[in-house]
Amino acid sequence: MDNQGDVWEVFIQSKPGLTHKHVGNIQAMGKEMALQNARDTYTRRKEGTCIWVVKFDDIFSSVPEENGSFFDPSDDKIYREATHYVMPEGSKHI
Amino acid sequence: MSDLDKFLEKIKNNVKIEPKDWMPDGYRKHLQRQMSQHAHSEIIGMQPEGNWITRAPSLRAKVILLAKVQDEAGHGQYLYSAAETLGKSRATYINELQTRKAKYSSIFNYPTLSWADMGAVGWLVDGAAIVNQVSLQKTSYGPYARAMVRICKEESFHQRQGYEIMSKMALGSAEQKEMAQDALNRFWWPSIMMFGPHDADSARSSDAMKWGIKIESNDYLRQSFIDKTVAQAELIGLTIPDPDLKWNEDRQSYDFGEMDWDEFWNVVKGKGPCNDQRIEHHIKAHEEGSWVRDAAIAYAEKNN
Repeated sequence: MDNQGDVWEVFIQSKPGLTHKHVGNIQAMGKEMALQNARDTYTRRKEGTCIWVVKFDDIFSSVPEENGSFFDPSDDKIYREATHYVMPEGSKHI
Repeated sequence: MSDLDKFLEKIKNNVKIEPKDWMPDGYRKHLQRQMSQHAHSEIIGMQPEGNWITRAPSLRAKVILLAKVQDEAGHGQYLYSAAETLGKSRATYINELQTRKAKYSSIFNYPTLSWADMGAVGWLVDGAAIVNQVSLQKTSYGPYARAMVRICKEESFHQRQGYEIMSKMALGSAEQKEMAQDALNRFWWPSIMMFGPHDADSARSSDAMKWGIKIESNDYLRQSFIDKTVAQAELIGLTIPDPDLKWNEDRQSYDFGEMDWDEFWNVVKGKGPCNDQRIEHHIKAHEEGSWVRDAAIAYAEKNN
């Protein structure tokens, strides 16, 4: 089997001001080609104003099976939620 | 709770399965087979239509056909990309196609003999594919579902351009109408067989339904395609080549004749009119493109 290049994950911003959203991946040899392949594959109908490509090997992910312990630090900090605070009776627009 | 119970709970609650989640081996294998088959179909599906690009009857028809074939290449890429998340490389999938271990939709093993076939392919083949793909947008595997959403959004023009070709020809000269009817005659039965065997004869269906990979059964999807399509044929004065086709008032659906399953399995097993040609062409294009990959790798290495 032949070498088809590295896998690059593709992120597209659909409008200025919005976040870049992951759409899939492509294969390419080098970053310039990755950008062009991403354009040809994911934006044939003007879906984007900006594309990011990130080499798959450079992405380090958390492990969903470990979500319990990994995200545990936020579980007991309910004071980060606005609903934690009791407002005086009759107060409005707050 | 065991891994399997957790998995089944997610399926029950319509929570998508993602690449790093635990999944039964059978689920992974089923998806690898189905998604790669789907990807191969998009890629091989470029050939019957590519056949007419240089002979399109007008510049408008040519740019439309080019855009459609380009979309199919893109859809193949989305699907390979999604299939790779199951831990198998694209090169492996492609090797399985070229060594005929993997299948693709049998419809692409039929030849496209006249321009009217471009109409029939868009209207019927893409029409049938859309019915199937709309249902698959709800499939349980996240990357597959997301690819389907993308594909369905782009696919709508494919069927409409096909029906436009058919209607123009059906309402054109007597000779053009005859070409349109001939294309319908040849593509009707293979199109409705795209949905696969009857539910009772479909070996893998029950697992696929249980795991939420398939949402609706082969027969249900086939019936909904037929019910949608008959009126479209009548509207442009074409006749569906099935003497048993009849509206059933009780079922509020069309009854239709039995499909030729011997022919179906014959084509699946590689004995259709174009099986050899399609694979040989794929291998040839792949091999002739190797210098491009080599040059790209050399260039990337030089610039690193």
